[in-house]
Amino acid sequence: MDQVIMFLKQVINGVQVGSIYALVALGYTMVYGIVKLLNFAHGDFIMVGAYISLFAMTGAGMPIWLAAIIAVAGCALLGVLTEKIAYKPLRNSPKLSVLITAIAVSLLLENLFLLLFSSSPKPYPNAINFPSIDVGPIQVSGVTLMTILLSAVSMIALQLFVKKTRMGRAMRAVSEDAQAATLMGVSVNKTISLTFAIGSGLSAIAAVMYCSAYPMVEPYMGSMLGLKAFIAAVLGGIGIIPGAMLGGFVIGLIESLTKAYISSQLADAMVFGILIVVLLVKPAGIFGKNVGEKV
Amino acid sequence: MKKMLAVFLMAAMIVSSFSGCSGNETSDSTNASNETTEETSAEASDEETSSGDSVTFGVLAPLTGDVSVYGISTANGIEMGAKDVNENGGTMEKTLNLEVMDEKGDIAEATNAYNALRSKDVAAVIGDVTSKPAFAVAEIAAEEYADGDGVPVITPTGTSLDITPCGENIFRACYTDPFQGRAMATFAAENLGATKIAVMYNTSDDYSTGIANAFVETAEEKGVEIVANEGYGADDNDFKTQLTKIQALEPDAIMVPDYYSTVALIVTQAREIGYDGVMLGADGWDGVLNVLDDANKSVLDNCYFCNHFFINDTDEKVANFVNEYRETYGEDPTAFSALGYDSVQIMDQAIEAAGTTDAEAVVAAMQEIEYDGVTGHITFDENGDPIKDVAILKLEGGEVSLETKLAAE
Repeated sequence: MDQVIMFLKQVINGVQVGSIYALVALGYTMVYGIVKLLNFAHGDFIMVGAYISLFAMTGAGMPIWLAAIIAVAGCALLGVLTEKIAYKPLRNSPKLSVLITAIAVSLLLENLFLLLFSSSPKPYPNAINFPSIDVGPIQVSGVTLMTILLSAVSMIALQLFVKKTRMGRAMRAVSEDAQAATLMGVSVNKTISLTFAIGSGLSAIAAVMYCSAYPMVEPYMGSMLGLKAFIAAVLGGIGIIPGAMLGGFVIGLIESLTKAYISSQLADAMVFGILIVVLLVKPAGIFGKNVGEKV
Repeated sequence: MKKMLAVFLMAAMIVSSFSGCSGNETSDSTNASNETTEETSAEASDEETSSGDSVTFGVLAPLTGDVSVYGISTANGIEMGAKDVNENGGTMEKTLNLEVMDEKGDIAEATNAYNALRSKDVAAVIGDVTSKPAFAVAEIAAEEYADGDGVPVITPTGTSLDITPCGENIFRACYTDPFQGRAMATFAAENLGATKIAVMYNTSDDYSTGIANAFVETAEEKGVEIVANEGYGADDNDFKTQLTKIQALEPDAIMVPDYYSTVALIVTQAREIGYDGVMLGADGWDGVLNVLDDANKSVLDNCYFCNHFFINDTDEKVANFVNEYRETYGEDPTAFSALGYDSVQIMDQAIEAAGTTDAEAVVAAMQEIEYDGVTGHITFDENGDPIKDVAILKLEGGEVSLETKLAAE
């Protein structure tokens, strides 16, 4: 019985980490799905969102919901600007150039914040006082519930937006064939800007939830998180919105159960190993469909 | 668009060059205040201004660069130590001068700086501050000493084990990582009466593994059962899995030898999953209160860690040091400042005892030294590592207090 309770507790630990990965992976996959660009700076947008919400709360004394809205707005703006300044001029260049630029943006943001706020971590206020839920001996914290809820809501909203609305249809059109979309009267620039705004705005929500679970903000916080979320997105099938969600939870559970039953040191190796296996067996990811490359 | 990018990059460069300036300013101010020390000492010695009537110590510290925060703190302590030596009649009734070199935390720079100091004919070297450059300097200094042309060297804060075994002229003022692990194990077993302890450590960090291994060894010798020995990676942020496992084993205490930012996360998560027992740590915990929000500081209740000195210690020597430091530099001294202060004083006392600045005589005097300083009573073992008291500090209600001082074994 003890073993069963222990197992359930570890599953919940995994789901909690996974829900954060899922939230971050949604932003990754959203941008990739539409623009076919791996925005490696996404993890650092989370870091920027964390700093914005931190200063909104501690500097301006705002409540958390208002701080979150400001962080979403700030990150959306940052995302749109980054796209306009760094990615748009390279839209017709080889994909590798854009990828390298994304890495450069990531390093630029990290080092800029390192200069501005130093490497010493800043404490994040205890802002979400959502009650935890007890099921027998098992406790699920309020932050976990809230993160799972938020990622589920974001996923459904995104899916509906992309599939059902006019803007969503425009996004899919641009993703399929930008030139044809232009001929049909779709503004490619506006559509891509909107995609970046939504994807980056999501990273701010992820930032607030992440910092509520791990109450500390520092310039490098986004790099490993971004990488794990990227793996989650690839695992689920990059570009596919429900896939990001599933991938996030799978990665979280693998990590947690490896640490609990195999070895703490092997957790990362296991995660990256599974990525390799998935890429070998089903390169398009769990939810991915194999589509022939256009020639 | 390219122009905008260029403007943005320019802005970034300007910001970075500004920060560079501020770094230089700090070092300038340190150098400037250092010059004033030399001037005051020159006044004190009045007629004896020729170089034959003064003793010079070389100082190596990173005053700029990534680790400058430690270097400046240490250099300030060293400077204050030298000032106090001069106020008490100097070294062998000669003025003690300091020749401070900035080595930027870099191994190559440190080696060059050491050679520059040797060419200036210093009687002893205080340095280096961080472990890697300290080791590089120790290797050269030991070789020179073995060839009959060396100086005594004391590193105030290089904790890495391999520094002092380089040669018999290499000493250190701080205790080593394993020493802290042994001290905490003794404290847990004897003062807290713990019988079951879990250990969590960073597998990719020498500091963390060094303390953890020594802790486990000593704890087991004292009959404590180590119920779990869990590792984690350097980039980990989530420790609930390991903590859930540990909690199920119901330990009396959890030992977490890591630096304060990771410690803050581990302790917070331990309390979150419902563990409210004792948590233990080492000197890396110093500063942990600053990275937690006021509302979260209570998670640190019932935690103990060891440190080189305690800032609110009522001991006269410590209180005087802290007051004087605050007056001189307008900030609180750190453990680095205290160790820097003690390093100069130890070297001075050894030269006084030897009655000469001859390297071999001073090294022999160091080996026999009994020194009472800010960081406790110090003698040296056969390696040149200090045998000294360990201050065990307690965290409660967001405050640090002195729990006990463990005498060296």
